[in-house]
Amino acid sequence: MATEFEVYEHDVLVIGAGGAGLRAAIEAAGSCSVGVVCKSLLGKAHTVMAEGGMAASMGNVDDRDSWKVHFADTMRGGQYLNQWRMAELHAKEAPDRVRELEKWGALFDRTKDGRILQRNFGGHRYPRLAHVGDRTGLELIRTLQDHGIHQGIKFYMENTVVSLVKDGDRVVGAFGYDRERGRFKLWRAGAVVLATGGIGRAYKVTSNSWEYTGDGQALAYEAGAELMDMEFIQFHPTGMMWPPSVQGILVTEGVRGEGGILVNNQGKRFMFDDIPDNYKSSTADKEEEGWRYVTGDKNARRPPELLTRDHVARCIRREVKAGRGSPHGGVFLDISWIKEKVPNAPEHIRKKLPSMYHQFKELAGIDITTEPMEVGPTTHYMMGGVRVDPDSQMTNVPGLFAAGEVAAGLHGANRLGGNSLSDLIVFGKRAGEHAAKWAKENGRGTVDQAALAAAEAASLKPFEFGGAAENPYRVQHDLQELMQDNVGIVRVEEEMKFAQDQLQLLKDRAAKVGISSHREYNPGWHTAIDLRNLLLVSEAVTMCAIERKESRGGHFRDDFPAKDDAYASFNLIVKKGEDGQMVMHRRPIPPMPDELKQVIEENK
Amino acid sequence: MPQATFRISRGDSATHSEFKDYAVEISEGMVVLDAVHLVQMVHAPDLAARWNCKAGKCGSCSAEINGMPRLMCMTRLSDLDLSVPVKIEPMKTFRRIKDLVTDVSWNFRVKEKIKKFKPRPADNADGTWNMAQRDVDRVQEFRKCIECFLCQDVCHVLRDHQKHDEFIGPRFIMWNAALEMHPLDTDDRLKELKDDNGLGYCNITKCCTKVCPEHIAITDNAIIPMKERVVDRYYDPLGWLWSKATGT
Repeated sequence: MATEFEVYEHDVLVIGAGGAGLRAAIEAAGSCSVGVVCKSLLGKAHTVMAEGGMAASMGNVDDRDSWKVHFADTMRGGQYLNQWRMAELHAKEAPDRVRELEKWGALFDRTKDGRILQRNFGGHRYPRLAHVGDRTGLELIRTLQDHGIHQGIKFYMENTVVSLVKDGDRVVGAFGYDRERGRFKLWRAGAVVLATGGIGRAYKVTSNSWEYTGDGQALAYEAGAELMDMEFIQFHPTGMMWPPSVQGILVTEGVRGEGGILVNNQGKRFMFDDIPDNYKSSTADKEEEGWRYVTGDKNARRPPELLTRDHVARCIRREVKAGRGSPHGGVFLDISWIKEKVPNAPEHIRKKLPSMYHQFKELAGIDITTEPMEVGPTTHYMMGGVRVDPDSQMTNVPGLFAAGEVAAGLHGANRLGGNSLSDLIVFGKRAGEHAAKWAKENGRGTVDQAALAAAEAASLKPFEFGGAAENPYRVQHDLQELMQDNVGIVRVEEEMKFAQDQLQLLKDRAAKVGISSHREYNPGWHTAIDLRNLLLVSEAVTMCAIERKESRGGHFRDDFPAKDDAYASFNLIVKKGEDGQMVMHRRPIPPMPDELKQVIEENK
Repeated sequence: MPQATFRISRGDSATHSEFKDYAVEISEGMVVLDAVHLVQMVHAPDLAARWNCKAGKCGSCSAEINGMPRLMCMTRLSDLDLSVPVKIEPMKTFRRIKDLVTDVSWNFRVKEKIKKFKPRPADNADGTWNMAQRDVDRVQEFRKCIECFLCQDVCHVLRDHQKHDEFIGPRFIMWNAALEMHPLDTDDRLKELKDDNGLGYCNITKCCTKVCPEHIAITDNAIIPMKERVVDRYYDPLGWLWSKATGT
């Protein structure tokens, strides 16, 4: 059958143009033809929102740091459900990846002797985050973008992939449409790298933009890939709370790294009240020691505000539930108090946290140099995702790779702040390298035209139902409320079972959403298409969250509030079963080599 | 709840467009982008608008609000007069694709033509460089740019005179400045700035600086220093004599 679609050919096709996608593309472009498909314009992906920095044990500020400490910190933060091999590679390779950015034009903040400055962050023993004020993500994406446009990469901006194309078991391309005209396109490729980010749009309160609808997870699942650790979602402890229209927008952990404190409505610094046992030896028990830590005293222990994100988020929720919250249901985050300690504090704060200053001033009318911020947990990051081989980033589907937030493994049950940007560049590079190698060894494969026609017809269904049918925005809204209320930061069996039933009803509604008008730049239509992915990942999250009857990392069960060793030895996997239904199994964690066990032991 | 009316320019090209009024309920703290989202949800699901971060960090939701180039996500309704309809139009300097979405691809093509970053050899054996924070500071100001292209939109050389083929606009003069002032860069872009990029077209009206949502001093810190460097090299009679005499 003759093709009716525009067809493009590349050795490697990368889907997503955030940090991981761009880094993968740059790597692959060194040896083959590369195309990058992205939903937005180049340079707008969610990576720009990352604020605090990227973790790499360069030891520029504290020379006691090394890959071993970084590895141990990452594993402890992930409650040992991490794929240890990924944590090892990440800790070892992050410093080189950061230095490489400087070679490509990135300008990090400097130490007094002119090297890359590193800052403190939650769960990291030493100051480890290379940063640019509080806009590190922008620096990362712009550096990769401006380097990438000179590497012969072809960018397909504002294009959305609706399905992966297979030849037998193997992935040989992607099929999607462009937003401007709504025309369908086929990208044939020897290998495909998924770098599509997270699933934040499944929740009502989120720091994520419209793009984060679980596309990569859903595309991979439909193509036969396994999803892992889907129950582990990070609720960032500090999102904006007020006014309502900004609820969920991120407030960087860097505020706490620079000395910001969390206070309840009685003026009490409540984080000292609950310090987990495995962090007791490394956490300050006096305010004075915490301050010394954030100002660089190597002998001081970190303040409890810099405990891991899962723990801080739960402490905030505890305060709110006990009636000690702020007027709009959060708590107070105060950086202005440092005027007691620092001469010229307002200027210092504006210099260290320029975009936070700007964000609160312009969106909430609050001057953070003189008054506290109101903050509360916001859906931020998906630890789970597509299961990949730790070294090559290939999924269990030949020719399909994944890197960055869409992939699972590095972070286990909870991600440390700063480990995301370094994840993008370490595993983006690896995915690009191995995808290029795979593509060159395996060639293009053949495309099943009938499958494309079916995918196109399914995507165009909303036009058949028309504008009088179910509104896609309404279904998305109802899904976000359902997940927020029932599979959110604190979970119980009954509510999740309710959510499971409701998701089936929402699926039925989503199958009948309609849209008026035509295909050209029609956001209603795009929302209708994205719904399928959101529903699929929501189902996976709920299924795994019900199965894990314990509390660990980002997954907190009110009905099973303690950690349970019985759940410490496996990751949960979901995949599409023979009959098309979602199936789940437990995958034992591979045994860790003795030398890595020893590294963990030495850094306890 | 109180309501406000938004008068949104709809259409798929400059010749085929009309204003439509949409009334939506408003609440405390809302920004214009929230209102656009409500219009999409309640009245017009096919209303085209770009957005991503909704926090002034990605530069996607550029538009003209009551005639002023602004980010929709950073324009609070409380700063606008809601007794009359709020007018929302697409950026005028670029071709409209649909409704509030314009074709900004020209900007991406311009950037590709600017000579890329070319660092000096590494200072240290491990491939790293040493730089002082004060040298990094001035370039970091330019690197705050979120590429919203509002400065390009407001610049009369592009907006009124359509000099897109001869003039790269404030955003990319500043990008040149960021590279020229980069402590590690070794390349030279002054000739291109003078001959190909139309630096001379800028007559320092500072409109770009005024609309910059990142508050970058585009004119004072980027454009004027580039103009000075070009003048020093190409139009300074003493310098000209000196280079003739010394053959440099």
